[in-house]
Amino acid sequence: MRRKNVLSYLYEIVSRKPDKAAFADDEIALTFRQVFDLTRSVGSFLLDRGITRRPVAVFMKKSPREIAAFFGVIAAGSFYLPLDEEMPAGRIQLILDNVRAPLVICDESTLEKAKEFDLRGGEAVLFSEIACAPVNESALAKAYDAALDIDPIYIVFTSGSTGLPKGVAACHRSVIDYVEALSDILGFGEETVFGNQSPLYFDACLKELYPTLKFGATTYLVPKKLFSMPVKLVEFLNEHRVNTICWVVSALTMISAFDTFSVVKPETLKTVAFGSEVFPLKQFRIWREALPDACFTNLYGPTEGTGMCCFFRVDRALADGEPIPIGRPFPNREILLLDEEGKPVADGETGEIFLRGNAVTLGYYNDPERTADAFVQNPLQKSYPETVYRTGDLAYRNQYGELVYVSRRDYQIKHMGHRIELGEIEVNVNMLPGIKLSAALYDGERKKIVLFYLGDMDEKELGATLKTKLPRYMLPGRIVRLENMPFTPNGKIDRVTLKKRCEA
Amino acid sequence: MEELLEILNGLHDDVDYENEEHLIDNGILDSLDIVTLIAEISDRFGVTITARDIAPENFNSASAMAALIRRLEEEG
Repeated sequence: MRRKNVLSYLYEIVSRKPDKAAFADDEIALTFRQVFDLTRSVGSFLLDRGITRRPVAVFMKKSPREIAAFFGVIAAGSFYLPLDEEMPAGRIQLILDNVRAPLVICDESTLEKAKEFDLRGGEAVLFSEIACAPVNESALAKAYDAALDIDPIYIVFTSGSTGLPKGVAACHRSVIDYVEALSDILGFGEETVFGNQSPLYFDACLKELYPTLKFGATTYLVPKKLFSMPVKLVEFLNEHRVNTICWVVSALTMISAFDTFSVVKPETLKTVAFGSEVFPLKQFRIWREALPDACFTNLYGPTEGTGMCCFFRVDRALADGEPIPIGRPFPNREILLLDEEGKPVADGETGEIFLRGNAVTLGYYNDPERTADAFVQNPLQKSYPETVYRTGDLAYRNQYGELVYVSRRDYQIKHMGHRIELGEIEVNVNMLPGIKLSAALYDGERKKIVLFYLGDMDEKELGATLKTKLPRYMLPGRIVRLENMPFTPNGKIDRVTLKKRCEA
Repeated sequence: MEELLEILNGLHDDVDYENEEHLIDNGILDSLDIVTLIAEISDRFGVTITARDIAPENFNSASAMAALIRRLEEEG
């Protein structure tokens, strides 16, 4: 029978490899049997409370237990909403306001913090207390049978231009389609040992979570502080015999830029995938030279397209200054390159990327307006309903037919591997007392967000206040208080003049 | 030391750098901070920080960083 539930991966592997380590960090390792038991206990607890087809927040320290909590939520036919202490408090509250989860699963390190939020009627519970709840076989079986592959399994939040983050909801079918395609492309198998870098509150971690279940592979959650310590990071990979990494580019360049390979080389690494940012060719070549036998793959994809949807295996020489292409779509996906009128662009011309296929997610949770703006009828056919996702990314096809990413269409930027709406930064600044007006720009050369503003608050105080409002990667690297804001003749903030000031 | 504190305050101005001894272990400085810090230290002090030097014991406190810079200056 066709696979319709992501947990089928877990239910199949547990009888084949019960005692193998599935997920591990520097504190604990969970075997597939342990993950299975935790999943069923958490699922039973939820079902006994009648929480099925509902969002359930998981607010835990990143750990193998948090992953088991995710699966437990799915086992109840519900969908998980990951929250993390790294998110600013203001953002967490906005997310809780939008989603209204009846339950927030916490651990000992987050329970007190969770209680400081308005949980909107939701209840905070400890994972350790529900992890040994009695298993209710019949309720679990019923929930499993009742789940359709179009039912959501998670909501992850991305940046939104109005200052309100958007919750992308994705279903079983999209995730299964992604896991199958990605596993083929990157050659995952039972010998795969992942070194996970991405936080668990982004779709990026799908690359490790579900293939680990599919193959009975192993994922090590690499401690975050190692990403500041390149030699120790490589030593960690060697110690755990990690052979596969799917990391943001900045994590890879951290290693290559400091000549780490002259001290220590990755000994077991065979598969290196990267994405979310452009890999500077010079840094890429350092990696390639250090690992001549490894396979390098550039990945591209928006959260709204369930993880990644395009890939380019770097197997030909790239000319100096040639950007690494994003390549071709995964199987069962199509990329349309359209002009502003929704017509296909000619070969070599730049157009906006529209994504077609099962990978298109369900939309933004509790947000019909912004869903309607981005999840649109396929402009190329009007004969039957077909939703495609409009990415806002511009690209062209090169002479080999490969897609090459150009930039964002609007005023979204890519910084540290994150997609950021500069408008969201401005909205947050403008809401502060004493601030009159602000403009956020991106200085691509220095890779810094620069914030200009008018107001009574001084730069230091503004910087400190923003830390409680915005995620780390959205904080301006430079804050400049102005006496006068430059305007264009038709009254808009003159960003061209500001841009020149950035570069000065 | 003063110059180093100036660089550090430029990264996070709400940290008590003179007394904090676990900048790395407590996650106060993340990888972006370290990259920025190393570039600025190399610029201002004219020293080369290698991968081997980027270890928690050299970056957990301002005084450890100052000691690292002194050592590199002597070696250089």
